[in-house]
Amino acid sequence: MPRINPQEVREIATLARLRLADDEVLRLTHELDGILGYIATVQAVDTADVEPMTHAVPFDCPTRGDEVGQSLALDEALANAPRRRESSFEVPRIVPGTGGG
Amino acid sequence: MTPEVRGLPLVAQAEGVARGTWKSRDLVEAYLDRIARLDKRIGAFLLVDAEGARRAADSIDRKVAAGEAVGPLGGVPVGLKDIFVTRGIETTAGSKILKGFIPPYESTATARLAAAGAVRLGKLNMDEFAMGSSNENSAFFPVHNPWDLGRVPGGSSGGAAAAVAASLCAGTLGTDTGGSIRQPAALCGVVGIKPTYGRVSRYGVIAFASSLDHPGPFGRTVEDAAALLEVVAGHDPMDSTSIPQPAGRYRAASKTGIAGMRLGVPKEYFQAGMDPEVEAAVRAALDELGRAGATLLPVSLPHTEYAIATYYLICTAGASSNLARYDGVRYGHRTAEAHSLEELYGKTRGEGFGAEPKRRIVLGTYVLRAGYYEAYYGKALRVRRLIANDFAAAFAEVDALVAPVSPTPAFKLGERLSDPLQMYLGDIYTVAPPLAGVPALSQCCGFTKSGLPIGLQTIGPALGEEAVFRVAGAYEARTDWHRRLPEDPA
Repeated sequence: MPRINPQEVREIATLARLRLADDEVLRLTHELDGILGYIATVQAVDTADVEPMTHAVPFDCPTRGDEVGQSLALDEALANAPRRRESSFEVPRIVPGTGGG
Repeated sequence: MTPEVRGLPLVAQAEGVARGTWKSRDLVEAYLDRIARLDKRIGAFLLVDAEGARRAADSIDRKVAAGEAVGPLGGVPVGLKDIFVTRGIETTAGSKILKGFIPPYESTATARLAAAGAVRLGKLNMDEFAMGSSNENSAFFPVHNPWDLGRVPGGSSGGAAAAVAASLCAGTLGTDTGGSIRQPAALCGVVGIKPTYGRVSRYGVIAFASSLDHPGPFGRTVEDAAALLEVVAGHDPMDSTSIPQPAGRYRAASKTGIAGMRLGVPKEYFQAGMDPEVEAAVRAALDELGRAGATLLPVSLPHTEYAIATYYLICTAGASSNLARYDGVRYGHRTAEAHSLEELYGKTRGEGFGAEPKRRIVLGTYVLRAGYYEAYYGKALRVRRLIANDFAAAFAEVDALVAPVSPTPAFKLGERLSDPLQMYLGDIYTVAPPLAGVPALSQCCGFTKSGLPIGLQTIGPALGEEAVFRVAGAYEARTDWHRRLPEDPA
């Protein structure tokens, strides 16, 4: 039985905000089915008393002092923006029917 | 005097510049000439910053002439995997989604290279977002192995390995998440080290899987790699996972010798499916280490068979999170027409990402999904600890481990492209050290009958780079493989 079907791949791609063409969905379904079958082998390992390991080296995630440092100038921060309006990144209308755009 | 840079070690170049034997500008011109003549066939560079390199070299030469210190890498031309952000220089991570991105800041590792006097020649080709084992996932063009142009250089730091092998620069920086420094180093016959996790800052390194991403150097010799690591390693307040310890004395360690060292040979790293020529070369290297004064002992890393599955679960989860930032709003590619924010995101990402990032984003989103999280990602984090425990137990008995890097020598371009799972399985001997965070180095230990390099891997305990460099340096001192050079392509 396949582990994943094209409808699931479409749903996951939507969650990941990734538009896929129909042929990409079919190819990914086939490839992921094989990969998921392989990675499911970890489920054979007994991990009853094992703590998850999120990082290789223990660290306490230090925070820096709450002091004003140097930050990018506005024009530098916006220099790579595909679309800019004044001091903002421009995007399509977010809330429907509110005018603007 | 015009230097012959083909095969010339980085350390010798730095000494030559400091002594006034060569001008940095002459080294730069010699490499620019080689790049212009040879890189059309190899494809290592995505961008050559000739004018920037000339300016930096001239500045070093003026300092030498004025009797000023120029730093431990003064005047040495280096290349950077295009995953390091470079202020004012286009940085793409091998992806169309970042085409045209001009970073407003500089990565810590590359800033440290520059502060040590190294001269940046350009940005090196790579698998898109460091995802791949062959460099065929570059969105721009593949890299060809200098030892056989019909074969892959390995990946994902394929450009960084090939550039050193073909003498297109003196040394390079790459990154290793599941083998992306060590495997291309092995397939191209150069030295590459993935240091301990947190040893080299990730600040300004475009993220793939944050808990696994390790920046590190490539060199022609063990001492070259050590010299580069001494400069880029060390604590960085800009990376919260940076280890608060200074860099070690790796060059000195590489000359210490290995008399009395205990070296473990993990039995799980000599499995069926290994190319017989690779196994023979690695076993011969172990014998050589024994003659150099080390004691070789069998050890076991019992969870090795789960390492690839664990690695791909964790790295795809990391990728799906880290690649969420490419949305067409602040930088990079943006779709031509979108009528809503959702459409802007979906189309931008669908157009901008290549097949491998898409595969990993979808897989990573799947394994993190509610209902699957514990069975996949949560499970992988627990198995990761067991894998790390295996290494800790081994290092209670031995000073370092010695093993193969890749089960095969360089394969043909296109050979594994249609079967991603087959490509992933080639990472069997490289994925576990990054999961455990321990340092591991690849160096050349022989050639196949058809002339392809074979890699030897030395793995040390956390923060044990000195042990790794001792082994690698002692092996190199007794062998000549590192002196062999690929012929320049016609």
